[in-house]
Amino acid sequence: MIKPDKFVPYLYLLPALVFLLLVYIPIFQNIGDSMYNWSTFSPDKAFVGMDNYFTLFKDPVFYEALKNNILYAVISIVFQVFGGLIIAAVLEDKLIRKFSPIFRTVYFLPVVVSMTVIALLFSFFYNPEVGLLNQFLKMIGLNNLALPWLGDSETAIYAVIAVSQWQSIGYIAMLYIVSIQKISPELYEAAEMDGANKIKTFFHITVPATKEMTFVAVILTLTGAFTVFNEPYILTGGGPGTSSEVLSTYLYKTAFSKDMMGYASAIATVILIITLLISLVQMKIFKTGKED
Amino acid sequence: MEMPKSTIGVPELVVEDLEYARKRKTYNMRIALVYAGLIAYFLVVAYPLLWMVISSFKSTEEIFNHSWSLPHTWLFENYVTAWNSGISSYFLNSVMVTGMTCMLTVLVSALGAYGLSRFDFRGKAFILVICLGGLMLSPQVSLIPLYNIIQKLGIYNTHWALILPYVAYRIPLTILLIRAYFLSIPKELEEAARLDGCTNLGILFRIFIPMSKPILLTTVILTAYYTWNEFMFAIIFIDDDSLRTIPAGLMQFRDALQTDWGVLLSGLTISAAPIVILFLFMQKYFIRGIASGSVK
Repeated sequence: MIKPDKFVPYLYLLPALVFLLLVYIPIFQNIGDSMYNWSTFSPDKAFVGMDNYFTLFKDPVFYEALKNNILYAVISIVFQVFGGLIIAAVLEDKLIRKFSPIFRTVYFLPVVVSMTVIALLFSFFYNPEVGLLNQFLKMIGLNNLALPWLGDSETAIYAVIAVSQWQSIGYIAMLYIVSIQKISPELYEAAEMDGANKIKTFFHITVPATKEMTFVAVILTLTGAFTVFNEPYILTGGGPGTSSEVLSTYLYKTAFSKDMMGYASAIATVILIITLLISLVQMKIFKTGKED
Repeated sequence: MEMPKSTIGVPELVVEDLEYARKRKTYNMRIALVYAGLIAYFLVVAYPLLWMVISSFKSTEEIFNHSWSLPHTWLFENYVTAWNSGISSYFLNSVMVTGMTCMLTVLVSALGAYGLSRFDFRGKAFILVICLGGLMLSPQVSLIPLYNIIQKLGIYNTHWALILPYVAYRIPLTILLIRAYFLSIPKELEEAARLDGCTNLGILFRIFIPMSKPILLTTVILTAYYTWNEFMFAIIFIDDDSLRTIPAGLMQFRDALQTDWGVLLSGLTISAAPIVILFLFMQKYFIRGIASGSVK
């Protein structure tokens, strides 16, 4: 390590630190903002203390949004983490490996397509009359399942969540593939010698050996589920009614349609607290993991 | 050496072989089932994307009435119409914003990573923590204050309103990635260069940056991928349709072309193409990036 003039290293870091201000200042400012009632067009800010939070905790739309985020999280963990692990394990099996690059590449493709494109595309598929989904359901004789998926408050949130799964399973699967490739092949050979079948091998070797990746995958999916914005915004706009509202879309509407900036800041703080809690759990688990 | 497999196919009427053949049969059945599952999921993923491309050559009427078939006549003019009704401007805006964001991100991160990997100074640990913490903060939380800051800086409704936040949200990850790579560069090289009279900045640009091409490429790809697809900032920080990037522009495009599905799908295909092509050609770097960062 060099020890030249004291200020030299700071000069190298200065540009980065200036940019990082754009990440950190808003976080603190947001907490302050949430204690005022204000709008973009009026210059007056009225201090209201914690009132925005008290209103928020009595707001049924807030609970509906939060419930949808939780639903998002649960379904995403099942499909992305569990599904991704199974897909990765199958693709990395030596019997399949010959063809796995093509499967792997195609499964990953939706990840690189923007959610805007995907959501607009799926709004075609969900079209009640001419959409592919209902055409397909009618073709295989499931006429009574041909529902107006995005237009019904019972099904809208599930239709939205399904699109996210379609995009992201390949992403988590790819992370698992990278992780499985690091497992020593001798472990699998030894298991085969002992006559263990594939399912046993999966539970006794693959699952424990990818434990760390599972933590990462769970954290990623949870964070994603509690900050999701694009899919509901484009597919349903949170509707019908407020049935597919999530915290981020509610935040957006409150801020930019209703111009209730203070109240929207309070919603943002709730998202901040949820994501920080998830990160804290992550740090805690990783720390204990290292001490083992 | 591998055992010759020929015995399996040869019909020899020995009881043991029959037993073996039966086992082999259920075994093959299982593999066939696994393949059936893989192919089914393959279709679920690939068909919608393929449908988008195929239908982009159809007329609206044909998309409605013959959704599953190939186009009767391939309407290449759908692409011309899409390009001329807005996509060209969104596309160029995206190229500009993505290019600037990538350049700034790599430059700022390389400088920062160099500072963090080659010097000892007070507050180094703190800056590392700030970078790590930056990975955990989601843009949703900052949306409203950022909106105000951007207006106060006088850059609202300009490309800078996107570029600056994009760079800010990318550098925590990219600094850490580049720093890890810089740390692996042997010190001897640096010392030799110093003896030859190289300055710090010279060492960064003549030794570190040329030697770190793989990680810098990974960084550029990750940043391009993020910037090209980013949606939330893109719809909020830019108001003027002529300045919009693709993800935001597509919303406008949809509203303007509600009845012309073929043209709309052409627009979607044009928008998705650059990053898909980048991925197909640079898969290794893409995967290295997502695996080391574990950040979408």
